[in-house]
Amino acid sequence: MNTTPISVRRDIDTVERAGSTPDVQQPWADLGLKPDEYQRIRDILGRRPTSAELAMYSVMWSEHCSYKSSKVHLRQFGAKQPQTDAMLVGIGENAGVVDIGDGWAVTFKVESHNHPSFVEPYQGAATGVGGIVRDILAMGARPLAVMDSLRFGAPEHLDTPRIVSGVVAGVGGYGNCLGLPNIGGEAVFDSCYQGNPLVNALCVGAMRHEDIHLAKASGVGNLVVLYGARTGGDGIGGVSVLASETFDATGPAKRPSVQVGDPFMEKLLIECTLQMFAEKLVEGIQDLGGAGLSCATSELASNGDGGMRVHLDRVPLRDATLSPEEILMSESQERMMAVVHPDNIERVMHICQRWDVTATVIGEVTNASHLQVYWHDDLIVDVPPRTVAHDGPVYDRPFHRPAWLDARQSDEPTTERCPRPSTAEHMRQQILELLASANLCDREWLTSQYDRYVLGNTTTGRGIAVSLDCNGRFGALDPYVGAQLALSEAYRNVAVSGATPLAVTDCLNFGSPEDPEVMWQFAEAVRGLADGCLELGTPVTGGNVSLYNQTATTAIHPTPVVGVLGVLDDVRTRITMHGAKPADAVILIGATQEEFAGGEWAHVVHGHLGGTPPQVNLVAERSLASVIRDHRHLITSAHDLSDGGLAIALSELVLRNDYGLDVSFADTDADAFTMLFSESVARAVVTTASENVDAIRAACELVGLPSALLGTVTADDFLSITTADGVITLSRAELAEGWSRTFARIMS
Amino acid sequence: MAPRIGVITFPGSLDDSDAARAVRAGGAEAVRLWHADTDLQSVNAVVLPGGFSYGDYLRCGAIAKFAPMMAQVIDAAREGLPVLGICNGFQILCESGLLPGALIRNNHLHFICRDQRVKVETNATSWTADFSVGQNIVIPVKNGEGGYVADERTLDMLASENRIVASYIGNPNGSMRDIAGITNEARTVVGIMPHPEHAIDSLTGPSADGLAFFTSVVSTLTVGART
Repeated sequence: MNTTPISVRRDIDTVERAGSTPDVQQPWADLGLKPDEYQRIRDILGRRPTSAELAMYSVMWSEHCSYKSSKVHLRQFGAKQPQTDAMLVGIGENAGVVDIGDGWAVTFKVESHNHPSFVEPYQGAATGVGGIVRDILAMGARPLAVMDSLRFGAPEHLDTPRIVSGVVAGVGGYGNCLGLPNIGGEAVFDSCYQGNPLVNALCVGAMRHEDIHLAKASGVGNLVVLYGARTGGDGIGGVSVLASETFDATGPAKRPSVQVGDPFMEKLLIECTLQMFAEKLVEGIQDLGGAGLSCATSELASNGDGGMRVHLDRVPLRDATLSPEEILMSESQERMMAVVHPDNIERVMHICQRWDVTATVIGEVTNASHLQVYWHDDLIVDVPPRTVAHDGPVYDRPFHRPAWLDARQSDEPTTERCPRPSTAEHMRQQILELLASANLCDREWLTSQYDRYVLGNTTTGRGIAVSLDCNGRFGALDPYVGAQLALSEAYRNVAVSGATPLAVTDCLNFGSPEDPEVMWQFAEAVRGLADGCLELGTPVTGGNVSLYNQTATTAIHPTPVVGVLGVLDDVRTRITMHGAKPADAVILIGATQEEFAGGEWAHVVHGHLGGTPPQVNLVAERSLASVIRDHRHLITSAHDLSDGGLAIALSELVLRNDYGLDVSFADTDADAFTMLFSESVARAVVTTASENVDAIRAACELVGLPSALLGTVTADDFLSITTADGVITLSRAELAEGWSRTFARIMS
Repeated sequence: MAPRIGVITFPGSLDDSDAARAVRAGGAEAVRLWHADTDLQSVNAVVLPGGFSYGDYLRCGAIAKFAPMMAQVIDAAREGLPVLGICNGFQILCESGLLPGALIRNNHLHFICRDQRVKVETNATSWTADFSVGQNIVIPVKNGEGGYVADERTLDMLASENRIVASYIGNPNGSMRDIAGITNEARTVVGIMPHPEHAIDSLTGPSADGLAFFTSVVSTLTVGART
């Protein structure tokens, strides 16, 4: 075996050489840079970039890292931020941090890993979980739980089971091995996601206020420590053009561009990092995710005093043949970078050793204003870090309202277009049809593969509730309203647990920003979400944008997935959907209108997508939350109304409990069909002992919310719905029939 | 004085904090033990928690059995130290030879997490004394490699010697003879696949049925100390 380090033989493109060879042709276009972007790099540096600098700029100025198409719109989240004392750290850090009282803070964020999950579903989803967990860890928090919002193609498509089984196994395989309970999420099927599945992963963590850490390198002489997995050739994708340009034919072969996860290493990284935090050994910290060392070094330096010297040859490698450019670009997982005072370095190295984690001092903070990267003795990067990390290109891309939208919005699901059930028996059949549909059926096939029991902890007494929601069809009908409806639903979901919603994270999944119609959808969704958050008083604390989710010219539905975080001051007072007892009264809170456009009934029964989505009513949403929160000691169970409306909520209550329900619509204005299938917002079904009905209804009236006494909880094992056209009776076994079998059928 | 019960943390242990919490809820002092150390700190019993020790990239538990602390546990267990292995801990006990048989990939090939009905088959062990025989309990099961296997002779021996500690009602993973947990000849070492430490209160678990495993060992140790 030839043991001579290959790097010795390499022809290194140094800063000095770049200065003296201005006319060298560089593969900037192959790295995704536009002509004016390349020129801007040359202007910044006053010379051509070295190949290592070109690698850094190209990856950091990519859409994924720089948010160059979305930035101008995302600024609204700051500009329209509601007044709140809860936000301790806002947008721009690894994740936002929210005060939950008593010196405790919670950090949470949702992030996409869509494209890798299509290429390689298991690793794409697994490393998606790994990445978001490190973001939370980097804030100083112990990661507590994960959630995932998943979107797949049509249930009957041949490729769908491949993606679903890979993604679910990846989320489970990684999260289970980290010991983080998976506390929920979404799984949605729609043909618009066929070639563009969405994997959005959320992590939530908790810490004391004084443990909050930021990603910055300051303090001249402080040491830069890289720890965790060794750096390999995974995830370097496009940089191979550089390799082939710079090196001779014996250079490394093309490498896979999807990263491979090692959850065991991540678990060690978590414990080892938390021990460093506990001993107050860390001045600044950053996880290595997209763009790897390029991102971590430039962001740490840019957020700090600006100067940092890095010795790239000290980076521990899995593959000794990697070029400096590849090391800078590698997206090898399970790595962190900490800035440590020299007095603490011995202790940091000791902790890493205790956890069997490789740690290496690869550089130091300097009093220069540049990030300087050396490869052995050669200076190969010499840049102002801010120009890499924060001052990338910003595009105000053209956008316009799609020409087809008027036609779609005027195609309402009228009685002619979408005939409604004419008899009680017909409605009964449609309830069963909805329950057996891909998007409403039991998710046990999926959820049983995730560990939900780990880290039981009641030391603080405080509890948090998190929900992730979106309906892409609403977004397709009206992106402004669609984003607000996603917010509205997530807010309601948190509220029915009795928690007070505090803050928002979002994952904005859209098609190509270069398509003005898609860009309009994006702009509208951001505007809608920012306006909605302002009205609800829940600031956006951070999130992620995923663009280019489209196959050829067909984009996915606008899918702004919204996560809402709420807090309970005493977790024992939380409301579940399981606490009702026979003879309890069933109350519907909220107003029901004839709203079917974009809803499950129109989708499942008629395959129809048209009209205008349900009307947003955030005032009513706030009122609903306050009534439930203030009466949580009286409410025995609660279920929000969303996908599939009241029909699905009532069915789920019977399916997931050992009691029955006997309801009628005598106390309501609308017809039974509208009551059952409408998806009007700001509604929930609550149960309470009969003597408390008046108190709850009076509270609703006080805040202007209509309420209706629907009926009672029974000791039976069926759902009974009395309508003007007769009684609909559905036994638990009948409800379960299609509902419990559909998911397995999709997977077979 | 409350008995001292050690909970070992291996790299990749996940349920060690929950196990320590359950130990305290059961009335004992929880002593955290580190895999690489060799001092058992005079504990009166040991819990091997669930998780993925060393990543479980080889056979589950196959590396953990070589941990320095495990050498101490194996010796002490042979001298009568009560040991409870939960999930990955059960796998480690089998790999260590303290319990017979092995745990293999679930027959349906998926990880499974659910609230599991389990029947307690014997209360003549250090860890189940507070149960009544035949008692039905609900505790979470969560594993990918939880199928208990052994040769027929071993299975017959376990049955005839009353060493099957608990069996599944509704087998979640293809375990032979529905076995959820077994004990050694001395009835001091118990391995169980479902997780009693996640069922010690109804706030964080599906029931409080699991708590009796931890009160049982305290009762056993306390009675032992009195005689």
